[in-house]
Amino acid sequence: MTTEDIIQPENRVYGKPSLMNDTPMHYCPGCSHGVVHKLIAEVIEEMGIEEKTVGICPVGCAVFAYRYVDIDWIEASHGRAPACASAVKRLWPDHLVFTYQGDGDLACIGTGETIHALNRGENIAIIFINNAIYGMTGGQMAPTTLMGMKTATCPYGRQPDLHGFPLHVTDIASTLEGTCYVTRQAVNTVANIRKAKKAIRQAFENSVNKRGSSLVEIVSTCSSGWKMSPEKANQWMEENMFPYYPLGDLKNVNKE
Amino acid sequence: MGKMRGAIVVDIERCKGCNLCAVACPLNLIELTETVNRKGYNYARQHTVEKCIGCASCAMVCPDGCITVYRKKEE
Repeated sequence: MTTEDIIQPENRVYGKPSLMNDTPMHYCPGCSHGVVHKLIAEVIEEMGIEEKTVGICPVGCAVFAYRYVDIDWIEASHGRAPACASAVKRLWPDHLVFTYQGDGDLACIGTGETIHALNRGENIAIIFINNAIYGMTGGQMAPTTLMGMKTATCPYGRQPDLHGFPLHVTDIASTLEGTCYVTRQAVNTVANIRKAKKAIRQAFENSVNKRGSSLVEIVSTCSSGWKMSPEKANQWMEENMFPYYPLGDLKNVNKE
Repeated sequence: MGKMRGAIVVDIERCKGCNLCAVACPLNLIELTETVNRKGYNYARQHTVEKCIGCASCAMVCPDGCITVYRKKEE
C-alpha cells in the first residue's frame, strides 16, 4: 500500500475543522490559543449550532479570534466581555453565548464584570486562557503570575510584599452560587486536549440549556512572553503552573 | 486483524515550525526541515513514512491545524 492509497478523502481521520477558516493565525509558534480555537470550532461543529452561536472576543492576543472561527463574534472592550455576553444571552436566550478571555482581560481588567456575571448565573460560558502573563502587550506581570516568576514589569521575580499573590479566579468562581460548572484544564498533551474538549462541550451545553454560568480555565503557555521554545514552555508549565493551578473539575452541579 | 497504516499531509505554508507535533508523535516520525517556507519557518515533515499508524496525535496538538491525518487498514 503506497502513501497515495492512504491519502484519500474516505480515509481522513483528523484535520482542521471546517469552521476554522484558512486565514493564517497571527499567534506565535506553539501558542495554546490555536489549539483552543480548534477545540471551540470542533465542538460547535459537532453540536451543529454555528448559526446560533455568538462569541465575545476579548482584548489581548485573542482579539482577532473572529478572523479564524467562522461564527458570529462581537468585540468587547477591555474586560467587558462577560457584560456583553450577558446582554446577548438575555436577548437571544436560545443561542450559545460564550466569551473567550485571557488572564489580563478576565482576572485583572474585567474582574468585576466576570465575578458579577458568574454570580448572577448568566447562562453564558467563559473560556479563560491563563498563561500567567500579559502576552500581547509585551509580557508584563498579570494577577495570575506565579511567585518569583520573572516578567517585563517584575524583572527580579514576583515578590509578595511588592506585588501581592497570584489570583485564583477559578477557585473564587467555584464558590459563587450562580456557576454550574467550573473546571481547570490544559492543552499540552493529547490526553489533556481530549479532556479540555469535553469540558468545553459541557460548558457550551450548559449555556444552550440555560443551566447557569460555566467557567473553563485553560492553563496555557506563552512561549514568547516566557522567552522559551514551545516545547520548553510546555515543560515549564507542567513543572511550575500545574502545582499552583491543579487541573480538574472544581464544581459540577449537574453531576451531583 | 490488519495493521493500520497512516499518513499525514502538512500544510507547509501554514506551519510555523513550533515542533510540538514532533514532540507529540509517539513513534518520533516527525522532524523539522532544513528548508524554510515563504514565512521563513522550518516546517514539519514526516521522515519515516512507512511507520505511521495514523494516531493523529500530531494533528491534535498542532496549534495552527496544519496537519491532516489519513488512516487505512492494511489488507
